[in-house]
Amino acid sequence: MDITMEITLAHYLAVAGLLFTIGVFGIFLNRKNLIIILMSIELMLLAVNINFVAFSSFMADLTGQVFSMFILTVAAAEAAIGLAILVVFFRNRGSIAVEDLSQLKG
Amino acid sequence: MIQSVDVFQDIKTAMPEVATAAFALWLLVFSAFKKHQAFAVASFLSCAFLVGIIVVCFGMFGQYDEPVVAFGGLYIQDYFSLSIKMLIALGTLISLIYVYFDMKQTQIGRFEAPVLMILSMLGMFFMVSAHDLLTLYVGLELQSLALYILASFNRHSYKAPEAGMKYFILGAIASGMLLFGMSFVYGFAGHTGFGVLEEVLNGTTYNVGLTVGLAFMLVGLAFKISAVPFHMWTPDVYQGAPASVTAFFAIVPKIAAICLIMRLLNGPFGGLQDQWVQIVYALSMASMVLGAFAGLVQTSIKRLLAYSSIGNIGYALMGIVAGGADGGASVVVYMTVYMIMTAGTFGVVLSLRKGGVAVEEIADFKGLSKTSPFHAYAMTLFMFSLSGIPPLAGFFGKLVVFKAAVDSGYIVLAVIGVLTSVVAAYYYLRIIKTMFFDEEDAGMDEIQIVPYAAQHGTLVATLAVVVGFCVVPAVLIEYAEVLVRSLF
Repeated sequence: MDITMEITLAHYLAVAGLLFTIGVFGIFLNRKNLIIILMSIELMLLAVNINFVAFSSFMADLTGQVFSMFILTVAAAEAAIGLAILVVFFRNRGSIAVEDLSQLKG
Repeated sequence: MIQSVDVFQDIKTAMPEVATAAFALWLLVFSAFKKHQAFAVASFLSCAFLVGIIVVCFGMFGQYDEPVVAFGGLYIQDYFSLSIKMLIALGTLISLIYVYFDMKQTQIGRFEAPVLMILSMLGMFFMVSAHDLLTLYVGLELQSLALYILASFNRHSYKAPEAGMKYFILGAIASGMLLFGMSFVYGFAGHTGFGVLEEVLNGTTYNVGLTVGLAFMLVGLAFKISAVPFHMWTPDVYQGAPASVTAFFAIVPKIAAICLIMRLLNGPFGGLQDQWVQIVYALSMASMVLGAFAGLVQTSIKRLLAYSSIGNIGYALMGIVAGGADGGASVVVYMTVYMIMTAGTFGVVLSLRKGGVAVEEIADFKGLSKTSPFHAYAMTLFMFSLSGIPPLAGFFGKLVVFKAAVDSGYIVLAVIGVLTSVVAAYYYLRIIKTMFFDEEDAGMDEIQIVPYAAQHGTLVATLAVVVGFCVVPAVLIEYAEVLVRSLF
């Protein structure tokens, strides 16, 4: 049996799709900790990066890789702002539990 | 379409953005070294700058009969983008006046607020002028990141950081969805530039990868304009953020996002119209219905206005569904009118203070016709306008949208629009009833009126537009038709 297998575009897309789904589920199913939500957001963005780089490599076109550099940069800024808001939230409430995001409703 | 090659020419084409970026960075450093009154000085300088930007955009108008593409196809400047930029700068100016006086009263004013507003406006400028998925993404993120900070600006309050956190999480999911869609569009169309996408997509037959990409991108953008079913952050964020920041959220970013959607769907995705029409149709109908019904049970004025904005986005999306130059023009007219009405409504809300803070509850409006007749009558006119009663501006906004929808054969959607606006009229009229017919509760805290002339001046100006719109509706609608022509 031949066990060598070429990694095709479809494989990369499947991995990226799985990671993206895990990221989305991490946000919606997680009832404990806000930091986990921030990590899930990163996971979503990195899944997108895999998509871009895979397409870019298979099409031999550099635009996708440039795009993924921009996504990495913006994701860093986004994480910084998310953590800053988290710190302010923690100072006010003394907790970073997701169920404490419940004062605003109606 | 003219493609410029020389970098100075590019900078000249993107003058509003270049000037705004330079000013925002300068203002940040300048204010950081200013020891006293930094907030007041930064706000004043920003106001002056915004007036300047409106003048610059107006001055550039004559040179862009034909769209000019700059920075190697990343950026486009045309009639449409220049006019919308003037509108955005005007909305930011009004919001900044509100933010300055509101934060001065609640003593949370810091110079970062005007800087962040200017940066957010810069992001919106790029959204309106995007001619590549990359520009679209970076502009959208610049706008959103600044708004997340503004939402949690009152960091000592119990509610604001929660509003900021919710906005941040849902905004980040939206960006993720948008990017995921973009990666598919890039992969299956082979390019990210709007010009190339338009050529490629016009010739394609059905392609599932592109459809998935388009659907994900629309989900991401629907989050940003808070269209149902991606609206859940809006009421919470509107309620938790400082009232003047809420005014900014309600007035400005939605214009930029709707105009971005118009450019995206009619330009690069014009060839896939039969696919996106179904999605936008569903978003429009759901937003109108939920905006009308969920608003009925609200007791907080900010939450009520949040549902009102959700409903109004539904009407604007109806114009996009209608499509063509008529539909596009109706969206521009509707968003302009909506911006002015909302600015006026928030002007009234922010003028009424209870213990220094803007009023929060609808019950606080009880007996306003006796304590402050001017504000009661102004609010009445804005509420009549929002519910679409002629001859106020809101009526013409709804009229052009419904007309465009009926002309394109979307009669069911137009009928639902009329019916939901009847339902929504209930909660607008209930505020009028509260002001004129409800007695003040005994022991209710006294409502103070803010003493600032500039804020009242803004209120009077918006009121004049809402009332005076009926004098020149045809001129404005024709003007809107001219400026959307560069999109089609």
